Amino acid sequence: MGRDILLSIRGLRIDGRSGDAWHPIVKGVDLTLHRGEVLGLIGESGAGKSTLGLAAMGFARDGCRISGGTINFDGIDLCTAPEAIRRGLRGKRIAYVAQSAAASFNPAHRLIDQYCEAPVVHGVMPREKAEGDAVDLYRRMRLPNPEDIGFRYPHQVSGGQLQRAMTAMAMACRPDLIIFDEPTTALDVMTQIEVLAAIRDIVRQSGTAAIYITHDLAVVAQMADRIKVLLRGDEVEEADTRSMLAAPRQAYTRSLWAVRSFARPEQPPGRGTPVVSVRNVTAGYGAVDVLKNVSFDIHARRTVAVVGESGSGKSTAARVIAGLLPPRKGQVLMGGKTLPPGFRARSRDELRQCQMIYQMADTALNPKLRLRELIGRPAEMYLGLTGTALEARIRDLLALIELEPDTYIDRLPSELSGGQKQRIGIARALAAEPQLIICDEVTSALDQIVQEDILKLLDRLQGELNLAYMFITHDLATVKSIADEVVVMQQGAVVEHGPKAALFAFPRQDYTRLLLSSVPEMDPDWLNRLLAARGEDA
Amino acid sequence: MTEIWRMIGQRLLLGMLTLFIISVVIFGATELLPGDLARELLGQSATEETLAALREQLGLNDPAPVRYWNWLTGVLQGDFGVSMATQKPISELVGTRLGNTLFLALYAAALSVPLSLLLGVLAALWRNSVFDRASNALALTAISFPEFFVAYILILWLAQTGLFPSMVRITGATTTGDLLYSAFLPALTLTLVVTAHMMRMTRAAIINLLASPYIEMARLKGMSPMRVVLHHAVPNALAPIINVVALNLAYLITGVVVVEVVFVYPGLGQLMIDAVTNRDIPVVQAIALIFASAYVLLNLLADVLSTVTNPRLMHRT
Repeated sequence: MGRDILLSIRGLRIDGRSGDAWHPIVKGVDLTLHRGEVLGLIGESGAGKSTLGLAAMGFARDGCRISGGTINFDGIDLCTAPEAIRRGLRGKRIAYVAQSAAASFNPAHRLIDQYCEAPVVHGVMPREKAEGDAVDLYRRMRLPNPEDIGFRYPHQVSGGQLQRAMTAMAMACRPDLIIFDEPTTALDVMTQIEVLAAIRDIVRQSGTAAIYITHDLAVVAQMADRIKVLLRGDEVEEADTRSMLAAPRQAYTRSLWAVRSFARPEQPPGRGTPVVSVRNVTAGYGAVDVLKNVSFDIHARRTVAVVGESGSGKSTAARVIAGLLPPRKGQVLMGGKTLPPGFRARSRDELRQCQMIYQMADTALNPKLRLRELIGRPAEMYLGLTGTALEARIRDLLALIELEPDTYIDRLPSELSGGQKQRIGIARALAAEPQLIICDEVTSALDQIVQEDILKLLDRLQGELNLAYMFITHDLATVKSIADEVVVMQQGAVVEHGPKAALFAFPRQDYTRLLLSSVPEMDPDWLNRLLAARGEDA
Repeated sequence: MTEIWRMIGQRLLLGMLTLFIISVVIFGATELLPGDLARELLGQSATEETLAALREQLGLNDPAPVRYWNWLTGVLQGDFGVSMATQKPISELVGTRLGNTLFLALYAAALSVPLSLLLGVLAALWRNSVFDRASNALALTAISFPEFFVAYILILWLAQTGLFPSMVRITGATTTGDLLYSAFLPALTLTLVVTAHMMRMTRAAIINLLASPYIEMARLKGMSPMRVVLHHAVPNALAPIINVVALNLAYLITGVVVVEVVFVYPGLGQLMIDAVTNRDIPVVQAIALIFASAYVLLNLLADVLSTVTNPRLMHRT
């Protein structure tokens, strides 16, 4: 590793605009990066990680401005350099890998065209050479069919493959620096491993320096030489990876490490009639069966976690229970009574029994309605509450989700934080007084610390209200902390089903073992050991 | 590819169904017009016998469904019947007029479509700039005036000064060059009327996409603002742009009535006005049906083009 400094940021301040006022997002951060070095940037959302990463390219998003400090990239001051110089660096000497490759590839162009754009426009190499290079990089990123995959459109390629194709695209001009902005956050654990390994190898082989932005400590432990912790635009501390993991100096860093300490005791096994019972359900879209002969029960006061890779049929199972997708075969029983397959045929009371909470609270809440209406509507519709009774119920529900009723009852969703929005999603489900709540990746979009609060809340509510939870997630850490039973799904079928403790301790199926071993651990050697072990198996 | 053909087939069938319904509406509407055709043709002095004979000859005594059926089967064979006013076959009458109207529509389209796309793209590129505000204000001003007013203003400015003729005469000896010159004012009037809609839709469709992650990605790859808009935003904005262009093309064919009257342009719109004045019902029906077909066909074309330009629809795995 060369010791000469590639990027040097001093006292950087960035403001964001809300309405007419500017408020600070990054508050005077220093950052030094040597050639070939990988720096991990870690923190919750709102810490200014992405803003800082983009500033390293001399780029500020619309509504943001760099208000102070210097950014020196290899002798060029990116704050004062003319836009043409900065544009000449972007894509050529500094490249960017975005969080969601699916959204960051242009849907109108083939992958290879998007790959070749930077090298050709920046005049690094002619198109023919770039195409040949692309195939080589696709191969090194372990993409299937490297010769042909470039000629596909983004929608024809899976998320994990797109993320690797985007890393290949970032490498196209052999940049000195790549900014990775949460490149694996949207992927499930199995896909994440492949992408992490591919990214790490290519960065090391090419001697490229990188800034790796993530909120996942275990991931950054695998990727980074040094870690910098950010909190609300300020640096908390910085150290090389091993010493940071072994001995974090600051209380905030230690609190990040301690996250996931929440684990509730397993509830006693359910007796009597299950709240919901899925019996031999086969269902799908078009000609394809997405669920194949799936059966499981959920009892009151129990949490059943449904886990699997993306595309394994987890959410489809939830849609069948909710009546959104009538099954082809099999049935759903609630309290021992067979439910009509489609929600239109179900009675209002049957609908009331089963409520959903969604992953993206942002899109699941009507932005034009105040909390009073958002929570009040199901209470009014299902339970016929009106007037003062309704008002009292809304206040009870707000208190139940730990939001002060007087402060919040007339707010709009846009006036809430991500965690608070998810609490409203929970309150809206509770308003119907259901027996079963389906939680579809409810914590995936949240920071770890906020996740913890939501899990604790869900746990408390379950105890108080005798709820049954179906908890869909690809995050096994969440499963460990909250589930009583685990249903492992693969390609639409249940491969393993059992109590949490037994399943985690003695997985019977190879697939379950593979899934469990894919969860990143807070050990810098974890990925190496895992890849070595899998290499031996293969 | 087979899916595309199937889609085109489906849309064609639907379009034919639409046209069939429209033909019923047109026929029904003309049925509702008050007055007696035979008396209208022969005048107040006609005797009962001659009126009865004419009604018999025109088939006016048949029940409406029978007359509708006769009309429809005729139309399907290209026979729109005979004009009551001139006693000439309508297809002959309409043929040259349709050609003239299409010429004017194409002329106006050739001016307005490139102009509005260019203005729309530039307005999106330099959004909130002086250029953006000025072109928006001008386009909105042009669309806010009634067509005849725009037409008379143009005549006042450009015809009174002798630059362009204010009336269009088309004879057998008129060359295309003459025609382009003499039809410039009506084409310009139509351009001013349709440009705002297309330009603002183009601008909105592009700006809508500029917040997308793939646009940010293109900027982070160091692409120039022009390339970001043209290469990354426009291909994804094609569907709404194509649809609004098709809608305005249809308007250029069917909405020219006022403009044709002002400039005495011998097109379908003129013919329709004359036919309405003369109660020449078969001609009115024929022209209404032609206008409806233009709408249906152009919308079909827009659907097909927006599908063909969308890789997600063209390349389903």
